[in-house]
Amino acid sequence: MIDRNDVEHVARLTRLALTEEELERMREQLNSILAHLDTLRGVDTEGVEPTSHAVDIVNVMREDVVEPCLPQEAMLANAPDRSGELFRVPRIIEE
Amino acid sequence: MTEPGRISRRPLPDRAGLTDPAPTTYDVVIGLEVHAQLLTRSKMFCGCPTTFGAAPNSQTCPVCQGMPGVLPVVNRKAVELAIRTALAFGCRVNPACRFARKHYYYPDMPKNYQISQYEEPLAEDGHLEIDIDGAPRTIGIQRLHLEEDVGKLVHEGSLETAQASLVDFNRSGVPLMETVSKPDLRSPEEAATYLKAFRSVLLFLGVCDGNMEEGSLRCDANVSLRPRGSTTLGTKVEIKNLNSFRNVQRALEFEVRRQAQALDAGERIRQETRLWDADRGYTRSMRSKEYAHDYRYFPEPDLVPLRIDPRWVDEIRAGLPELPRARRQRFVAQYGLPAYDADVLTQSRALGDYYEAVLREPAASAGADRPKIVSNWVMSELLRVLPGDDERAIETSPIPPHHLAGLLRLIDDGTISGRIAKDVFQKMFDSREDAPTIVGREGLTQVADATALGGIVDSVMAANPKAIEDFRRGKTAAKKSLFGQVMKATGGKANPMLVDRLLEDKLSKIQR
Repeated sequence: MIDRNDVEHVARLTRLALTEEELERMREQLNSILAHLDTLRGVDTEGVEPTSHAVDIVNVMREDVVEPCLPQEAMLANAPDRSGELFRVPRIIEE
Repeated sequence: MTEPGRISRRPLPDRAGLTDPAPTTYDVVIGLEVHAQLLTRSKMFCGCPTTFGAAPNSQTCPVCQGMPGVLPVVNRKAVELAIRTALAFGCRVNPACRFARKHYYYPDMPKNYQISQYEEPLAEDGHLEIDIDGAPRTIGIQRLHLEEDVGKLVHEGSLETAQASLVDFNRSGVPLMETVSKPDLRSPEEAATYLKAFRSVLLFLGVCDGNMEEGSLRCDANVSLRPRGSTTLGTKVEIKNLNSFRNVQRALEFEVRRQAQALDAGERIRQETRLWDADRGYTRSMRSKEYAHDYRYFPEPDLVPLRIDPRWVDEIRAGLPELPRARRQRFVAQYGLPAYDADVLTQSRALGDYYEAVLREPAASAGADRPKIVSNWVMSELLRVLPGDDERAIETSPIPPHHLAGLLRLIDDGTISGRIAKDVFQKMFDSREDAPTIVGREGLTQVADATALGGIVDSVMAANPKAIEDFRRGKTAAKKSLFGQVMKATGGKANPMLVDRLLEDKLSKIQR
């Protein structure tokens, strides 16, 4: 079971400021997801190799070849704030 | 040098006045994490170039900028270079490995996670042999894995006072190989030695350019102390920002003293990350909450697992070059070089190759001391003028091996003196010309003509009656003075042996 403390912890890690109401809603939703996992746990997986991927393919690799980049201006165009050729972000708060 | 584990307790600026009530001797336990940028043309998961020094944010694309909906694809060359390194360290290359997301929030990383490897790294369980005061030590390597580099942050002002940070994402996605040593290092000096040896292996393998200034090779250290003889590990502190061999040693020396003083004072060491401030010479705590290390790793769903084909591994193994330690031992055995010379000459593959290329060039006389003479020239002259000992510095050397060999031939056959040769060397470096060209044009050939030189000796003797008088009275030092005068009169170009013989001849004819 996920309690409020767990939700607050994860919210802090993901830099989300949740209201009381949202905290409660997340707690409920996360618990219902976990409940679904319990259902999945009922499936018999005896003798099945664990996998981290739904598709049974391996070794998809590319050759070490340089391809065109996105133009600098195009990349910076979406920046909420910039300083010349650099993205500008709020100062890092480490409390 | 300090004996491993022995700690000096000189008071530190931030703990001045502290007294040690019960001195304890501690064992020092250090482990290093080395991050090396791999020498690929393109990034780890996209085709953007990896060249250093391009205009900010000019080498990025939606993949390395972490845009939604993009798919990373593994760079085969990066995997190959990492396997190459793993084999050189005797690691077990895992038959299967996969990538994982490491989550944390920092503006240098646009996705808010870094693609790394966690539970199934590329390789594990290797070692690196280092020499500490001539005795070999085996330092274990725990794991070696692949990940992507993050962008570069520039702070407006200092980190503490900055109102904003500026981000360049060119470095974001550059292939990075992380190698974690076991906590086998027992002193700051050993740590620096390990890093040096580690760097030279990478240079020999051609997997990383080893440029610590540009950040191609970076190092973090974990350090803890425990009472001598104890087998339980103390609380470890991680130190970041160690960007040179000297800084690794200095930072660890500081940290060991800091921890020893704290423990002596009965304090507990806090598990934390500290930043080395090279300018001020101390480590300071990076204020961050405990949950900073809650990375919530999980398998990267955008990448399929890797199954490393053993035939590929064998192929890479077959292509491994001679490694620094083996080459060092060979240089001592084959050329009779002192251990120190062999060590310097094998810091990079390029330097050792250069040395051997000079030796392979024809010589005027095949003296047994030639390897040592060449070594002296490479170590004291070439390394003095070159900006470094890495591939780039050696390959762009204005003095190629056959030019240096040509200079040595001119000394050997008596065309120029050893002293003049040093000047010629500098001119060769400045002009990229070979030695005979410079010597011919500037008339630096030593005067080896007995008739011409005899005349100069006669006139020097005639101009120095006092020296002759002194010599007659038995002062042999007078001959030295005359010798100096002759060399001076010829601008250093006279063949010293010939001058000596002529003086000896002429002085012996003077009645004592």
